[in-house]
Amino acid sequence: MADIQSNSPAPIIEARDIVKHYGSVIALSGISMKVLEGEVLCLLGDNGAGKSTLIKTLSGVVKPSGGELLVDGKPVTFSSPRDALDAGIATVYQDLAMIPLMSVTRNFFMGREPRKGIPPFRYIDFKHCDAVTREEMHKIGIDVRDPNQAVGTLSGGERQCVAIARAVYFGAKVLILDEPTSALGVAQTSMVLKYINHVQQKGLGVIFITHNVRHAFAVGNRFTILNRGKTLGTYAKSEISIDELQNMMAGGKELQALSNELGGTI
Amino acid sequence: MTEISKIPAASIKSDERLKKVSVLTSLMRRPELGAVAGLVMVVIFFFFTADTSMFSLSGMMTILAPASQLGILAIAASMLMIGGEFDLSIGSMVAFAGLIFGGLLVNFGQPLWIAILFTLLFAALLGAVNGQIVIRTRLPSFIVTLAFLFILRGLTLVGLKWATGGSTQLRGISEAVGDTSIAGLFSGLAFQGFFAWLAENNLIEKFDNGMPKVAGVPVSVVWFVGLAGVATWVLLRTRVGNWIFAVGGDANAARNSGVPVDHVKTGLFALTACAAALVAIITVLDAGSTDARRGFQKEFEAIIAAVIGGSLLTGGYGSAIGAFFGAIIFGLVSIGLTYTKFDSDWFQVFLGTMLLLAVLFNNFIRRKVTGER
Ligand SMILES: Nc1ncnc2c1ncn2[C@@H]1O[C@H](COP(=O)(O)OP(=O)(O)OP(=O)(O)O)[C@@H](O)[C@H]1O
Ligand SMILES: [Mg+2]
Repeated sequence: MADIQSNSPAPIIEARDIVKHYGSVIALSGISMKVLEGEVLCLLGDNGAGKSTLIKTLSGVVKPSGGELLVDGKPVTFSSPRDALDAGIATVYQDLAMIPLMSVTRNFFMGREPRKGIPPFRYIDFKHCDAVTREEMHKIGIDVRDPNQAVGTLSGGERQCVAIARAVYFGAKVLILDEPTSALGVAQTSMVLKYINHVQQKGLGVIFITHNVRHAFAVGNRFTILNRGKTLGTYAKSEISIDELQNMMAGGKELQALSNELGGTI
Repeated sequence: MTEISKIPAASIKSDERLKKVSVLTSLMRRPELGAVAGLVMVVIFFFFTADTSMFSLSGMMTILAPASQLGILAIAASMLMIGGEFDLSIGSMVAFAGLIFGGLLVNFGQPLWIAILFTLLFAALLGAVNGQIVIRTRLPSFIVTLAFLFILRGLTLVGLKWATGGSTQLRGISEAVGDTSIAGLFSGLAFQGFFAWLAENNLIEKFDNGMPKVAGVPVSVVWFVGLAGVATWVLLRTRVGNWIFAVGGDANAARNSGVPVDHVKTGLFALTACAAALVAIITVLDAGSTDARRGFQKEFEAIIAAVIGGSLLTGGYGSAIGAFFGAIIFGLVSIGLTYTKFDSDWFQVFLGTMLLLAVLFNNFIRRKVTGER
């Protein structure tokens, strides 16, 4: 493995032996992973496996109790999500990080507001922001009726689309998506998968968390499977079949028996 | 892939749900709507019940002077409330800043500009300490600043006795200030020339000797209007404004989106304390003395004015211009009752009712506009 990759470019983002404790709870016990330029890494695993916790260490939300993070081969420590954003890492969190009382536009640009004017009198160019928001939402397949409407009035899926469009718009190097399609309709899901493809082609690294093997298999280049805070392994697409992946994701539970019981529909 | 991209593209072109946002909806979205409606109601009420002199120029000035002092506090309080926090210590901060200011002038013989600068800086520092305690301990700001309400009031009493040798009133401020031009920025009347000109041209009432009956606008009113304008611009048009709404709406989501939540909150606490210090400077210069009861219960009045102005107690929603109107309503009612046949002790009843109505109205609007589920 190591030999094959020695002459390929350095990973855009890499985690080495990440450990995270919450008091006595061990959420991550020594996880390593990396994402190369123009690659989609799927993080798979059961509920509570530690996927969200892992990506939160990459996006500066959670400070790891141990281990090392590298961006472009250089060690980094993020003291806040702002640091990670400044390093070009944009994230769609599982809880979306949206403010329901604020407008779509204000949410879209939250923390990254473009400004006009001379220093003490700089202001946000809302005309431009509204236009960008509309445009980016349009691209993902959602027509925002009014960019000034509060995010709280959007449907769950529409909200998810705002979060995704925002991350794609601001992601310069790495795009992290934590179950971005959990509330999406068929068309929007396809759109998001297409987006992932597109972003990958632009040379960004993508980390994609999902519980849907088909979605993972459709866009992923490599798959890292987590179970109870540990990696069960990382596989390239050519090394594993969709069924094997499915079984590993379940963390070795007796899926087959369950599936039979339910008439083979899982 | 081509099939995929066609589906949404077709559905986007003509979205039958896309309808023009009505003027009413966009009006309803403004948090200050309730305050404007309340102001209209109060004015109508006094129009029919009060002596007409209430609506004369001098009547308006007697209302605006106290309204502006409260308003400066209310605007800051509303910004802090939008940012998701309270400061119950602003009333005590007015007294404490008054002591610092008076002490510097009288006991330490400092020139006015140093006293003003130091008072503002010291208040900002205390506000920031308040904020840091709230942020680091994650205690509700309600309880932390309640503690400071007592601490600062107590320190003021102790400090006044120390500064005066036993009294709770520090006098001699006018003498200590002397004759400096910057005093005009914080005390007395503004636009006197303009008012004299108006009187000369018989546009306003004047005395027999030709002097206008109202010689100018109290400086506090100018500060009040100016701050309302700046605060509104900051909230609605700037990055910091966006951060303030975000921080109050959901601090965690804001932090994850790259908003420096702790800086914003600390800044807001410092700003609120500075507003209290400004009111202290203005009122102390006006009175020529300072005492321990200065700013008593102003924290509640400021919060009430902010709530009447449409700020939600839960944060993330509100407006500075609403607090502006809230403070004017406050002044209208408290002073206006003396122009009517009603006992002016009805004021508190009126106030409580206004507050209750405002909270109910705000909640209703929030649910309506933001589609809260
Ligand atoms: N703040 C916290 N305090 C204590 N324990 C936590 C905290 N955050 C996460 N955990 C624990 O860490 C483990 C991993 O959680 P995590 O959210 O990363 O799971 P996940 O793989 O994203 O699951 P899901 O698929 O359900 O989203 C869980 O057992 C969870 O209880
Ligand atoms: Mg998760």
